[in-house]
Amino acid sequence: MIRVVIPHHLRRLTNAGKEVQLEVEGPVTQRSVLDALEEKYPMLRGTIREHGTLKRRAFIRFFACEQDLSHQPVDEPLPDAVVAGTEPFLIVGAMAGGSQ
Amino acid sequence: MSGVRVLVGTRKGAFILTSDEKRQEWEVSEPHFAGWEMYHLKGSPINPNRIYASQSTGWFGQLIQRSDDGGKTWEPVNNEFAYDGETGTHQWYDGTQHPWEFKRVWLLEPSLHDAETVYAGVEDAAIFRSQDGGKSWHELPGLRHTKGDLWQPGAGGMCLHTIVQDPTNANRLFVAISAAGAFRTDDGGESWLPINKGLLSPFELPDKDAEVGHCVHSIAMHPARPDVLFMQKHWDVMRSDNAGAMWHEISGNLPTDFGFPIAVHAHEPETVYVVPIKSDSEHFPPDGKLRVYRSRTGGNEWEALTKGLPQSDCYVNILRSAFAVDSLDSCGLYFGTTGGQVYASADSGDSWTPIVRDLPAVLSVEVQTLP
Repeated sequence: MIRVVIPHHLRRLTNAGKEVQLEVEGPVTQRSVLDALEEKYPMLRGTIREHGTLKRRAFIRFFACEQDLSHQPVDEPLPDAVVAGTEPFLIVGAMAGGSQ
Repeated sequence: MSGVRVLVGTRKGAFILTSDEKRQEWEVSEPHFAGWEMYHLKGSPINPNRIYASQSTGWFGQLIQRSDDGGKTWEPVNNEFAYDGETGTHQWYDGTQHPWEFKRVWLLEPSLHDAETVYAGVEDAAIFRSQDGGKSWHELPGLRHTKGDLWQPGAGGMCLHTIVQDPTNANRLFVAISAAGAFRTDDGGESWLPINKGLLSPFELPDKDAEVGHCVHSIAMHPARPDVLFMQKHWDVMRSDNAGAMWHEISGNLPTDFGFPIAVHAHEPETVYVVPIKSDSEHFPPDGKLRVYRSRTGGNEWEALTKGLPQSDCYVNILRSAFAVDSLDSCGLYFGTTGGQVYASADSGDSWTPIVRDLPAVLSVEVQTLP
């Protein structure tokens, strides 16, 4: 199981707590994890990745194993510890990005 | 017992204020969607328990929430606003052409005629319609094709912020866009007509009476007279007696004719309200005095309404969607400020009291008159 930590504001949409667990078919990548997350919680569509282009929203970051993976290719495999479920994949609101 | 439900959108959440028909004692809710920018909330005139809310942040983008129990519980509905076909370009601040990009929903306008239909006005400016209660959204692209290449963003962005429906004709809508002007459709949104004749913008446009490009701030109508429109433009308060075919100025004796909201009394079609703001760069009331101005003559002759409002050291703004009118026998008025106050009058504006003083900056105020 892949563990994904959801930011505070989005937990109010999913009503699923801080961490959710996902079954991911095939290679475990940013794309496959986010596809599985949005499949399970469709209300998150458009909040992490833009509709249509599926690009990461500008003020969202992806962390795991003390690394910033935000700028990694979306089809690159995630770290082994994330694949094994010993470390979570963190979706984070960037320190910038709020307004007023 | 009848009453009112005031829906307040703020920079950091939404609040629901409720009272009975006396409007003396108020209950203020806990924040809904705490921490999110709530540009607008509005209830369906057909089913008052159906309320839509526009929720956004810089981090997570746009969401649309819907309640079917008067705001007690909410569920997110569809938040995908995809422009129809080629997005094209519009004027940018530097005079170049810039592609249309969706940013947020400024307002949600539930239909007067169909319980499942709701319109959304968005930035970059366009109008969308849902006919399934927000489960899907489709643009009415004819509007953007009405000289859209000449539209340009105002200081607050290029937003469609006003949608006014004709209660006698489901196919007629009026919209206003900053800074493109006012437009009307008579065929349910297929085709649109610029309705800006008579507007003059000598300090904002090189061609002061251009067909499009004017910075219209808001438009109001009395439901009994759908051909009579009142407009607060960037500068100038205007009136049209022929559904926007021609406008004339009614600023009269206002201390300044800059402002954002405009409203019409629920039972007196010639009674109009504005809140004068000092200027386009100084967004606060003149002389530090918060005054609502009322005309009982359809414009030109205005009286200041001050009882209960701060008359010194007041430097808040009242945004375009932050003024609302109820339809109780003694007409109630409500407005919110960027300082977080929501004021109410239960006597057509003669006197005012704050319902609440310390909310986040108020973006929008709507009121539902409940049976």
